[in-house]
Amino acid sequence: MLNIDEITNGIVIDHIKAGKSMDIYYYLNLEKLDCSVAIIKNAKSRKMGRKDIIKIEGFLDIDLDVLGVLDQDITVNVIKDGKIDKKFIPSLPKEVTNIIKCKNPRCITSIEQELPHIFKLTNKEKRLYRCIYCEQAFKH
Amino acid sequence: MRHLIAPEDLSVSDLDELLKLADDIYKNPKKYAKVCEGKKIATLFYEPSTRTRLSFEAAMLNLGGSVLGFSSADSSSATKGESVADTMRVISSYADICAIRHPKEGAPLVAAHNSTIPVINAGDGGHNHPTQTLTDLLTIKELKGRLNNLTIGCCGDLKFGRTVHSLIHTLTRYDNNSFVLISPDELKIPAYLREEVLEQNNVPYEEVRYLEDSLPKLDLLYMTRVQKERFFNEEDYVRLKDSYILDLEKMKYAKDDMLVLHPLPRVNEIAAEVDNDPRAVYFKQAEYGVYVRMALIIKLLELEV
Repeated sequence: MLNIDEITNGIVIDHIKAGKSMDIYYYLNLEKLDCSVAIIKNAKSRKMGRKDIIKIEGFLDIDLDVLGVLDQDITVNVIKDGKIDKKFIPSLPKEVTNIIKCKNPRCITSIEQELPHIFKLTNKEKRLYRCIYCEQAFKH
Repeated sequence: MRHLIAPEDLSVSDLDELLKLADDIYKNPKKYAKVCEGKKIATLFYEPSTRTRLSFEAAMLNLGGSVLGFSSADSSSATKGESVADTMRVISSYADICAIRHPKEGAPLVAAHNSTIPVINAGDGGHNHPTQTLTDLLTIKELKGRLNNLTIGCCGDLKFGRTVHSLIHTLTRYDNNSFVLISPDELKIPAYLREEVLEQNNVPYEEVRYLEDSLPKLDLLYMTRVQKERFFNEEDYVRLKDSYILDLEKMKYAKDDMLVLHPLPRVNEIAAEVDNDPRAVYFKQAEYGVYVRMALIIKLLELEV
């Protein structure tokens, strides 16, 4: 069993679908942070069989909106002084700008680079986001 | 200021009002001959089109206004790399209203976001074509007398056919309509239309492979062309392009009062021999397109008649 030290202050992003942690890493721009980030892939999970986990040490100011868009099973633990200060499931923002990108080659955003990529939540139950321009559903 | 970007931008009462106005224009064209005197429409066509562009221009001319614009991306600053947003900011100061067609989906919305004049989507890729839908609705209303209690057959390219998507979207808002969707497996309607429009609104529909089987029950048959420009792969296009051809032999299966509509241009999916059948109304449909665009221009410019 691989052991990663527990963090004192930071964020633990848990229950990530196995194999998707690196996508989350890049969506959250974690590569730009100076702090320690641990990525645990294929950890055993009673609920999911396998899961990924990301631990971010010493940094709390991260826009986590994107997590709700990407994965409905994710849970977030905010750790303060070695204890769980807050535990939550990321909410679904009504609209996200420049977080996810439209991949439809027929969309105007595919040729006009300066346009903001804006997605709107169109179906809350299905957690469905659509590009405001071409209405293509976002697929993670 | 209002734009028309997607069919949903118009409520059912907006639609009724527009169709009523279009009907009056059709019956009393002289009354509207000077309504747009001194007004200009800019037709920004980044993609070739005959009917849509000319019908917008005819509509404005019929209303006493004038037209300016371009008819292909090659003859605009798009070739120099100008964005839709920048073009629109400039055109806003040249014209009073604008119709835009663009091969990329969502371009008219970008135009609307950057415009100080009303923007009409005249077709964006395989996405929306709301004025074609208005044309279809006026044709159905004038020739069938109603927009409800209809069994509508949509045949051909239901995957990329934006006119079909918009028509289904809009006709589901009227009571008691049902759809027969006739296409090869590769060209079935997109899942979102099936799930979020038809199923979510409990609209009865069936998806079938052959045209003949379903013809007897249809009140309307909406034929479409398999569009070469929507395929990335020539092979797929060649394989699917002749999937359905409507001829007089097949028309024998249809009701006496079934209407055949087609957004045009037609290639070979309707044999020329069908043109003389009184049920073939696609050329009449193109004529109605002018009246409904006249009504739309009047409404978006908020003109009093």
